[in-house]
Amino acid sequence: MNESESWFDEDAGPLVRPFALTRGRASVNRHDLNMITLVSATRSDTEAVALNRESVEIVRLCQGRLLSVAEIAAHLDVLLVVAKVLISDLIDEGFLTVHSVAPPPTNVPDMDLLQAVLDGVRNL
Amino acid sequence: MASVISDSPGRRAATVRSGKLLIAGGFGVGKTTMVGSVSEIPPLRTEETLTELSVATDDLTGIEDKRTTTVALDFGRITISPQLILYLFGTPGQERFWFLWRELALGAIGAVVLADTRRLASCFPAVDFFERSRIPFVLGVNCFEGTQRYTEDEVREAIDLTPGVPVQLCDVRERASSKRVLTTLMQHVISTAQQRGGPPASGPN
Repeated sequence: MNESESWFDEDAGPLVRPFALTRGRASVNRHDLNMITLVSATRSDTEAVALNRESVEIVRLCQGRLLSVAEIAAHLDVLLVVAKVLISDLIDEGFLTVHSVAPPPTNVPDMDLLQAVLDGVRNL
Repeated sequence: MASVISDSPGRRAATVRSGKLLIAGGFGVGKTTMVGSVSEIPPLRTEETLTELSVATDDLTGIEDKRTTTVALDFGRITISPQLILYLFGTPGQERFWFLWRELALGAIGAVVLADTRRLASCFPAVDFFERSRIPFVLGVNCFEGTQRYTEDEVREAIDLTPGVPVQLCDVRERASSKRVLTTLMQHVISTAQQRGGPPASGPN
């Protein structure tokens, strides 16, 4: 077979099994990340060259801006659970920092936040 | 618009909050269209693998049938301020699976259930889900071209909607129309929180 011809196409699915990227770890979510947790890079992507390709890409995506876990997973085209493992590693290694605030422990509704969202959608 | 972070490495991260709203409803009702009409980015798609644990009813003692399903969802982003980013998640089309996606509903501020009057029944599972999980929601009746118009009261009666849940006719292709639905939702979320004297179903992230 001519090497330039692929026997597979998109329908064949990913050729790298999803958890190969995370060395088989599916649930190492040490930073309690959820799909809208915001992170940004604290080091440049040139410092990340020793990391795997996906991790370098995450550090590159997060330069100077906040991205959610869901956005990172979408840009990398990996499962959310895989993105969480990669992001957790990058936080431990000092490449990323978490910005979102944990929900308040009390049962008092955060009316300020709800009002801010209402004002925000009104101003769309 | 991306938020620019001025933090130097090692400094404690600035406080920025994120919240999410869900857009639910039957297949092809316009969920992704609505997300796209108000999002500042073209809708993104992400996937998760859900596990459906079903125990075999035959006598296969100890053997559990653990099936996994991959569900995809589309979402958009609205930067409300440098301190607050809102995400809109369209629930996946595979109706019977996204209810298993615990994280999707966890921490949701509120939801829009979109309905199509030609197939009203397709919104019932979403209505049931949000009623059970006590996530405040509004019903958006997406008026497709050429479909017969119903009044909001007619739709409310047909669905047997809980009193107090707002119903709004809309055209989710129009940004202004989607914006009105989201505004109605947030007014409802706030009045629900005030009435309950507690948090909406679950706190924002």
